[in-house]
Amino acid sequence: MSANTKEQILDFVRARYPQAEIDETQDIFALGFVNSLFAMELVMFIEKTFEVTIPNDELKIDNFRSANTMAELVDRLSPARV
Amino acid sequence: MTTLAETAPGILQVTDRKSARAFVDTHIVPYADAYDRQGRVPEELLERMTAAGLWAPFLPRDTGGGGMDLVTLGEVHEEVGRGCSSVRSLLTVHTMVSWAVQRWGSPAQREQWVPALGRGDVLAAFCLSEPGAGSDASGIATNVVEKNGGWVLNGVKKWITNGQRADLFLVFARTATSIGAFLVPRDSPGVEVTPIEDMLGTRASMIAEISFRDVALGPDALLGPSGFTAGMVLTGTLDLGRYSVATGSVGIIQAALEACAAYASRRTVGGSLLKDLPLIQAKLSDMVTDARAARLLVAEAGRLKDAGEASTIMATWVAKYFASTAAARHASEAVQIHGANGCGHDYPVARLYRDAKVMEIIEGSNEIQRITIASQAEREII
Repeated sequence: MSANTKEQILDFVRARYPQAEIDETQDIFALGFVNSLFAMELVMFIEKTFEVTIPNDELKIDNFRSANTMAELVDRLSPARV
Repeated sequence: MTTLAETAPGILQVTDRKSARAFVDTHIVPYADAYDRQGRVPEELLERMTAAGLWAPFLPRDTGGGGMDLVTLGEVHEEVGRGCSSVRSLLTVHTMVSWAVQRWGSPAQREQWVPALGRGDVLAAFCLSEPGAGSDASGIATNVVEKNGGWVLNGVKKWITNGQRADLFLVFARTATSIGAFLVPRDSPGVEVTPIEDMLGTRASMIAEISFRDVALGPDALLGPSGFTAGMVLTGTLDLGRYSVATGSVGIIQAALEACAAYASRRTVGGSLLKDLPLIQAKLSDMVTDARAARLLVAEAGRLKDAGEASTIMATWVAKYFASTAAARHASEAVQIHGANGCGHDYPVARLYRDAKVMEIIEGSNEIQRITIASQAEREII
C-alpha cells in the first residue's frame, strides 16, 4: 500500500474539512463527516486521482472508513505493477 | 410503421452548439408558443429529436452514443432551452436517467436500457418529488419491500416531467435501510399515470402524477449500490439535472435578450426607438452581461465534470443558482420592455417569464441551493 496514496486521500479529506484533525487510521464515519455529497466527492476523487473505476460491489462502507482502507481499495483496483 | 427518424435524411445531426442552434431555429422556435398553449410537445418533434441524435449524445460510443463531452452537451441544452424550456426539460430528465443507468447500472441493466435510451427508442422520466416532499428528498414516503427475491413498490410521485409520455421511470423509494433507485417500466402492472395540466411554466413538458400500487419488480430493478453509497445515485443524478437546468436558464436569458433586442429596434415611443432610450439600454446591457457570466459558470461546471473533478458539484450549484435567478430577473424585464405586448401571445416573453420562474424551483429550490452553497463554503473556508 502506497504511503503517497494515503497522503493524497488525507489531503483531500483535510481540504474539505480543514478543522478536522485526522490520521490514516481514523474512522471518518465516526467523526461524522460523511453524507451522500461527500461520499460522491470521495468516489469521484479516488477514481480521478488514481485512475480507477470503483465497481458497485466495492462501494461498501468498510472500504471508505479511513485513509488506510481507501488506499487498500485503490491497490486492489489498480493494475498489477511489474 | 416507418418513423420520421428513419425517413428524414434532411434532419441535421446535432453534434455541437452550431448544429443545435440550427435545429432549434428550424424545428422548435417557430412552434414553442403553440406547444405552450397545447400543453404538450408533439410526437413529430420527439421523432425529429431522435433523428438528430439529441436524446443522450454523451453516452459512450461503444453503447451507440456519440461520446459528447459535457461542456458541449451543456451548450446543446442551452440552445434547446433558448427555443423552449419544455423541450429542454424533456432532455434534462432523459439525460439524468440515461446517465444514471450508464454510470450505476449492472452490465445487464446497461445492455437492456442504454442503447435504447441513447437512440430515444425509450424515453425516460426521473421520479423523486412527491405530494409531500420536493427538494427535501429525505422526506419521501414511497417505499419498496423485498419479496420473493424481488421488490414490491408502493407510493405516489408528483410533478414528474415527461411522466405522461415516458416509457421508463427511475423511481426513488425508501428501502429498509436507505433510499434506493429503481427502474420501473411504464407498462408494469400497478403503474397509473395521471396528467397534470395548466402548470404555470414549462407547460408542454407533459408533467404527471404517477401512482405505484403493489408494483412487483424483479431483483434487477434496483439501480446502483445499496447501503451508504445508495444516496450517491440521487446526488449524482441531480447534479447532472441541475447542470442541464442551469444551461437552460442561460438559454432563457439569451432568448429574452434576442426578443428584446428585436423589439427595441422596431418599437418607437415619443419618436424614439426603444433601443435608444438609456433605461432600455441598461436592461439590455444587464442581460448581455448576465448571459455571459452565467454561460461561463456553466462551462466551468461542465469542464470540471469532463475532468472528473469532485468540485463540479459545488460549481454546478453556483451555476444553477446564478443562471436561474438571472433568468427570472431578465425574463421579467423582457415582459416590461414589451409592455402590454409582452403580456399576450404575440411575443415569446410571457412564456419565458413563466418558464424562468420554474427554473428557480426545480432540481433543488434556490433556497436549498443557497443553504448548500453556504454550508459548503463554511466547511471549506471557516
